[in-house]
Amino acid sequence: MYQAILIAGFGGQGVLSTGQLLAYAGMLEGKHVSWIPSYGPEMRGGTANCGVTISDYPISSPVVTEPTSLIVMNRPSLEKFEGSVVPGGLILVNSSLIDIKATRKDVRVYYIPANELAEELGSSKVANNVILGALLELTGVVTPDAVEKSLREVLPPHRHDMIPLNRRALEAGAALVHRSAAARAG
Amino acid sequence: MQKVFTRPRSLKDIPTHYCPGCTHGIVHRLVAEVIDELDIFDRTIGVAPVGCSVFAYNYFDCDMFQASHGRAPAVATGIKRVLPDRVVFTYQGDGDLAAIGTGEIVHAAARGEKFTVIFINNAIYAMTGGQMAPTTLLGQKTTTTPYGRDKEVNGYPVKIAEMLSVLDGTAYVARVSVHDPASVVKAKKAIKRAFEVQLAGLGFSLVEVLSACPTNWGLPPVEALKWLAENMIPYYPLGEYKKPAEVG
Amino acid sequence: MAKILMKGNEAIGEGAVRAGCRYFFGYPITPQSELPHYLAKRLPEVGGLYLQSESETAAINMVYGAAGAGARVMTSSSGPGISLMQEGISYLAGAELPCVIVNMIRGGPGLGNIAPAQSDYFQATRGGGHGDYRVIVLAPASVQEIIDLMQVAFDLADRYRNPVMVAGDGILGQMMEPVELGEEKEIEIPPRPWAATGRMGGDKKLISSLYIVPEELEQHNLKLAQKYTLIIEQEQRWEEYQLAGAKLVLVAFGTAARICKAVVDRCREEGLAVGLIRPITLWPFPQKAFAPVINEAEGFLVVEMSLGQMVEDVRLTVNGRRPVYFYGRCGGMLPVAADVVREVKKLYGGEGQ
Repeated sequence: MYQAILIAGFGGQGVLSTGQLLAYAGMLEGKHVSWIPSYGPEMRGGTANCGVTISDYPISSPVVTEPTSLIVMNRPSLEKFEGSVVPGGLILVNSSLIDIKATRKDVRVYYIPANELAEELGSSKVANNVILGALLELTGVVTPDAVEKSLREVLPPHRHDMIPLNRRALEAGAALVHRSAAARAG
Repeated sequence: MQKVFTRPRSLKDIPTHYCPGCTHGIVHRLVAEVIDELDIFDRTIGVAPVGCSVFAYNYFDCDMFQASHGRAPAVATGIKRVLPDRVVFTYQGDGDLAAIGTGEIVHAAARGEKFTVIFINNAIYAMTGGQMAPTTLLGQKTTTTPYGRDKEVNGYPVKIAEMLSVLDGTAYVARVSVHDPASVVKAKKAIKRAFEVQLAGLGFSLVEVLSACPTNWGLPPVEALKWLAENMIPYYPLGEYKKPAEVG
Repeated sequence: MAKILMKGNEAIGEGAVRAGCRYFFGYPITPQSELPHYLAKRLPEVGGLYLQSESETAAINMVYGAAGAGARVMTSSSGPGISLMQEGISYLAGAELPCVIVNMIRGGPGLGNIAPAQSDYFQATRGGGHGDYRVIVLAPASVQEIIDLMQVAFDLADRYRNPVMVAGDGILGQMMEPVELGEEKEIEIPPRPWAATGRMGGDKKLISSLYIVPEELEQHNLKLAQKYTLIIEQEQRWEEYQLAGAKLVLVAFGTAARICKAVVDRCREEGLAVGLIRPITLWPFPQKAFAPVINEAEGFLVVEMSLGQMVEDVRLTVNGRRPVYFYGRCGGMLPVAADVVREVKKLYGGEGQ
C-alpha cells in the first residue's frame, strides 16, 4: 500500500490539520507516514495545502508532487492540482464549494457536497471529515477507527465531545461514495 | 619597613604595551585594586575588546575572554547567564563600544545584564592609527578628520553615559576621568560601586572613563591631560548619571 | 516506546534538549521559527535558558561566551542570519569552542526568499568566515535522523572542540514524521578543563583566537589542521541506497536525497541500475563512500537544490575517473522526481557524454 495524498483548499479550512489527522492515524496503524505543508508566503491567507504519504514501506520522498489521491476544498485548488494526479488516481471534489467539474478522464472523480452533509449532521466544521470519510472508503488507506483514536489523542479532553460527530461525518462521507460507486457499477 | 604601595594581585607583573602617558594603565590598576578589595579575584571573568586594550587579557590575572570588535557585551551575556554567581566585566574602548558595538551595549543594558562595563573614552581610534571615533569632539583633528571633525560631515559625538542611563535595565551609570589624582580617586570609587551593584544583583553597571591618548592626540603626556580637562569634560560632564537607592 | 508525530524544527529542539543542551541564544528568522518557539517553552522546563538576542551577531557571540564558560549551547538561523554569524563562527573555530549552529537554509542570495534551498553548502563546508578553519556539517534527511544527529552534533563539538553546523531546509523543518524519542537520559557532559569559569584557586584560563606573533599563529593553524585531518579520517558519514551494481550513482543530501530515493525506486522498478550516495557529513565530505563504487559506476549525477555546489566535492573525489553530471533546482524550487528520472534516463548508459 502506498498513498500520496494532497489536500488543498483555502487557508483556515483546516486542510493542514486534516492532513495531520490522517498521518497520525497511519502512524497508529504502524504504517510509515509523512506530512508536509505547502511552503511559502501562501501559508497565510490564500491557498493552503499539505501532502500526506502513507505507506507499508519506508517513505523515499515526503514531497507529494504526483499524488495518488487529491482532495480539493476550493476551486483554485482543483484548477491548480488536477493535472498532477497520477493516471488511475482519485480526485475528491468538495462540490459544496466548487461549481466546476474536473476535466481529467483517466482518474476517478467524486463530487461530495461536504458542507451540506456536515450541516445536516449539525456542524459545517466537520466538512473535512466528511470528505476524509470518502477517501478512507475508496482507498482503505487507514481505518475510521484509527482516525477516531487519533482524534482522542490529538484533541484536548474538553473537546472529546466532538468525537462522535466527527465519526458520523466520516461515515456520511463513506456512505455517499459507497452509494455512488454502487451506482456506477450498476 | 612597612610596604605601603604594591601591585594589585589581580594584575600580572609584566610590562604593558601601552604608550607613555596613556591612561589605560591607570584604569587597569583601578579595576584590579577594586577586584582585590572586594575579594572577588577567584570568581571574576573579564572580557577584553578589540582596540588598544586588546591585550588586557594578558594584564589582568583572572580568567579572561578575548571578544570580537564590539561584541564584548554579548560575550559577557553568554558568560554571566551560564555562571550567574561569577563576577563578569568587559573593558571596551570608544570605537568598540560606541560605534561597532552599539547594538550589543544598548541591548545588554536594556536587558539589565548583571555585569560591569569599563568604557574607555579617549575620543579617538588609537590602535588603528588615530582615526575619528564616535566620541571625537567637534573640531578635533584626527587622521580621518584632518581639518577637524565637521558636524555637517560627521555629525556629533556620542554621549554614552547619558544615553544608557535612560534605560530601565541600567542600575549604575557614571562618567569619571583620570586626568588628575583627585579624579583618579573618584574614578576608583565609581568603579567599585559598579562592581558592588553587580554583586548585589541590581542590574547593568557602566563606568565611562575619560582617558588621554597623547600619541594620537599629538601632545606630550602632561599636555594631553590638560587637553582632556579643558576640552572633553565640558562636553562629557562627569558624575553619577544613575545609581540605585541602596548605593549611597 | 510509542512513536510520536513531530515537526523537524521541533525535533531539532527536542533532540538538543535530550543531548544535554541547556542554552539557546538566537534571533527570529523564517523558516526556523518553530525551533525557537519550541525551545522558549521547553528549556525553562529543564532549568535551561532561552534568550532572544538583538541580532544574529549578538547571538553567536553569546554562544561564544556561554561555550567558553563551559556550557552546551546552540543557536539557529537561516541564510541571511548565518551570514551575519560568520564573524562569530570564525572566532569560535579559532578559540576552539564547542557549539551547535543550525542553518535551515533558504533561497538566496541576499534576502532571496523563505523557500527551501541548499545554496549555503559552500558557506557551510568552506568555513564561511575569515581564516583557515572548518566547521563539521551534518545534513539530516528525516525527522528521526534530526533527533539522532543532534546528539551526534553536540558530541562531535565536544570531542573536537569545534563548532558543528546542522544544515537543513524549510522542508525538513516543516515536515512531520513519526519519531522514536527513546528514554530521556541523564547526559553526562564531558569535563571542560579549558573553560574560563573564574580561577577558583586554579590556573588562569584564556578564551582567545588572537596569536599576534606569526610563528605562534602558524603553530595554532597547524594544530587546527591536525584536528581537521583527524576529523576527515574519523567522521565521514553517509548512507548508501541501492548501490549494489549501480551503473549511475546519484549523490544528494537532505531533502534532495529524499527525492532522489524516490527516483532510485522508480528507476530500479524500470530495471535501471541506479543507486544513491547520501552524504550525512557535508564536511568532512564522505569521500570514502565513493571508493567501493567508482569502478563499477559509469557516472555520477549530483542533485542539489542550488546551482551546483556539492558537485565540486564530488568532482574532487572522483578526480576525473568518471563523468560527474549535475541536476539542480534553485531559488526555493524543489527537484521533481519525474524530472530527475528523465535526467537519469538521458545519462544512463553514457548517452549524456
